[in-house]
Amino acid sequence: MTVTLNPLYRFDTFVVGSANRLAVTAAKAVAESPGTVYNPLFIYARPGLGKTHLLMGLGHAARAIDPNLQVEYLTLDEFVEAFHAAIAAGHGEAYRKRFLDVGLLLVDDVQFLTHRREMQAELLRLTDALQTTNRQIVLTSDRPPGEIEALDERLIRRFAGGLIIDVSAPDYETRVAILRRKAEERRAAFADGVLEAIASLDIDNVRELLGALNRLVAFQAVSDKPIDAEQAKAMIGGAAGTKAGGDAASVRRGDQQPPKVATRPPQALAARPDEFSDFLSEISATVAQQVDAWRTQIGAAILRWEGEGYRTGRLQKLLEQEILPDPAQALRDFECDVQRLRDMEAETAELAADLVGSAAFRDPADLAAAESLLARARQGAVPPAAPSPLWRMNDWVEGPSAKVALEAARTVVREPGSRYNPLVIVGAGGTGKTHLLHAIGHALGGTSSPPVACLSAPEYTGELIEAIDRDAIGIWRSRYRRIAALLLDDVHLIGDTDRTQDELFLLYNVLLESGRQMIFTSAVPLADILGLEPRLRTRLEGGLVVDLSPPDREVRERIVARELEAKIGEADPGLADHMAARPADSVRMLLAHLQRVLNAAEARHVQPTVGLAREVLDGVMPGPPVEATDAGRPRRPPGQRSSGIVAPTAGGARSREKMVWEWPELADRLLEDWR
Amino acid sequence: MSLVNFTAREITCKIVYYGPGRSGKTTNLQYVYGRVPESRRGRMVSLATQTDRTLFFDFLPLELGSISGFATKFQLYTVPGQSYYNATRKLVLQGADGVVFVADSQARRFDDNLESLQNLQDNLLAQGVDIRQLPVVFQYNKQDLPRDLILTHEEMDDALNFRAVHSFAGDALHGTGVFETLRGISELVLKRLAAGAVAG
Repeated sequence: MTVTLNPLYRFDTFVVGSANRLAVTAAKAVAESPGTVYNPLFIYARPGLGKTHLLMGLGHAARAIDPNLQVEYLTLDEFVEAFHAAIAAGHGEAYRKRFLDVGLLLVDDVQFLTHRREMQAELLRLTDALQTTNRQIVLTSDRPPGEIEALDERLIRRFAGGLIIDVSAPDYETRVAILRRKAEERRAAFADGVLEAIASLDIDNVRELLGALNRLVAFQAVSDKPIDAEQAKAMIGGAAGTKAGGDAASVRRGDQQPPKVATRPPQALAARPDEFSDFLSEISATVAQQVDAWRTQIGAAILRWEGEGYRTGRLQKLLEQEILPDPAQALRDFECDVQRLRDMEAETAELAADLVGSAAFRDPADLAAAESLLARARQGAVPPAAPSPLWRMNDWVEGPSAKVALEAARTVVREPGSRYNPLVIVGAGGTGKTHLLHAIGHALGGTSSPPVACLSAPEYTGELIEAIDRDAIGIWRSRYRRIAALLLDDVHLIGDTDRTQDELFLLYNVLLESGRQMIFTSAVPLADILGLEPRLRTRLEGGLVVDLSPPDREVRERIVARELEAKIGEADPGLADHMAARPADSVRMLLAHLQRVLNAAEARHVQPTVGLAREVLDGVMPGPPVEATDAGRPRRPPGQRSSGIVAPTAGGARSREKMVWEWPELADRLLEDWR
Repeated sequence: MSLVNFTAREITCKIVYYGPGRSGKTTNLQYVYGRVPESRRGRMVSLATQTDRTLFFDFLPLELGSISGFATKFQLYTVPGQSYYNATRKLVLQGADGVVFVADSQARRFDDNLESLQNLQDNLLAQGVDIRQLPVVFQYNKQDLPRDLILTHEEMDDALNFRAVHSFAGDALHGTGVFETLRGISELVLKRLAAGAVAG
């Protein structure tokens, strides 16, 4: 019900002149100490002289002095309406009480109390109650209380008991001051004398005075040159246009002239000030509205797209133009680009979720930036390293040493992500961890989509470093978030790589939550990995850790047999047995031994035999004892090269294996020369 | 006629006052002429007969100045009302952006009004213009005459304003309704810009 005080209606925006000085002084006094000096304060003035302004100004000032003061402003009509509503609702008493809590009650337009006996009684009661409790009531009217028709005599006496004060029409100086202040507020500059000319007209109503000013502002806005005082006076004062002799009726009657081309004299017409100015103002508004409709369109589009988070600099630039021949096309282009950004963002979301929401996807004026971001995302979308197709489960030679690991691998392939997640394979170098890892990877799907990532820990770290270097960490992460399974070889090498461990930890959680398989291999037991964060270690240990032991004799024999079969077909049946009987920590070592034997056989153009193997691997010459040389050392068989460093035969197999038996000719010669 | 010329940055509105003879078309223009500051109006050209009836047409150019960056010009024309000047009416009507139909409110001119309105419709049609597509307003002039001689605004609307377009009661001689009518038609004409129907 209560109207909020208009923030513009303050004392400091009220132009004080001799006509209203007393009223303003009284109002200020009341604002400073409500309820004590003039209570009630009754201000009356003809319409348009600032009663409401003064009343609200008083409210503002009082509230500024005492922020806790409850100030209520309402017009009499609102007062009456609220009263009727309260009575109808049976809350009459509550209504009365409500005003008794108000510290400063401002009632506008009380002249409407005329013939409202019950409201007069109510106001009388309220005034008494407020006065009794030292609360202030200020009333305004367009006439003094005595002239309000049928006003209760007691009310008149109450008002007279406070202060009744009038505001009269502003004098010339005040009018000039008002016009200047308002012109300044509207940032309108007029030629000297214009405002004075308007003030000199017989306009004693401030509202009309401001109307005149508005008209001047509108007219000057569409004029080629500033209006001067005379024009202004003519426009506002009713002397607009040119008045000359003859009226329309006489023209109608005609002057019996023969047909001619003539310039008709202007008509003397009843004074109707400003018809043309009004027309012009309205036409200006219409033209501005219609011709500049595109500005409205663009403005609306700017609001819309800004609301949706897009940059609208491009549209704002359009507004700087005076003319936009095809706004619809400009908007279509903009929308098209926004759509393109959306598409790119959607694609990027698939590739690199963390790039979504990037500012580059919000500026239709710079599609290139978004395209470049998308390109980066696409680049990052290259699937991670896949398991090598060379290593397959079928190639794996099964034996007691690898039984557990192999069974676990088969389970994982059968039920990825559910039974053993993660699976950690621990085994010394050369025991076939990598083979098994890649074989599992291949069985899990290999390069199908989504891909299986199979790489070594150092490769993983290398990628991370590169991603950090390219500032593409998000893309890199996304790349791994999409994989079907993670197979990380040599996880023991991530010790002391804090960032890699952090990233692996994050990835681990993501993959585990989504039920995707992870397999790790390590050359050392997890507990022995130096620098491995406990949170990662415990997680790895939480899966299934299986040991891959060095190949046992059975495995070694089958491996050798298979290799011989593959390389030379039929071979000495004892050779495989001999090779398998030799100690070997790993399959890799076993294969290296075999390869040496095979190389020697090839060099001598003979079949690999046990004897040759003994000779090559153990340095034992076949056949009759070798003649002793002068130095008592065995003679080298023809064609066999030796480094000359002979390890002790007993238990020296490992050392001998480290010897280089086949020298490149140049090196051989250099070595011989050096000797 | 191009109403808005973006290249030359001009808005030109051609408004034709149409209606039966002696309905007050020229008076409308004269009133406007009298209210426009000299700097803003061109020479009002009238071709009148000995009895001051419009022989050819009246033409009143109005320069409204620069509005929103456009040099805005209004060209107000009247046509000769008498039925035998139809060729002239057609000529003047060409390229009109809007028409003010000035009807004579006197009851005895009822048929003249209808005939003129029909003539307007025919002439527009001859130029390939559908009157329903053209901004038109009505002015029922001479409403100042004694009540028993004239039809009221409502009666005139019933008689002529089938499409319920804007209509104004007028007393062109004293200026009542003259600018209101002009404003009404001007706004209609300018609003067509928004639809882009005549933007060039």
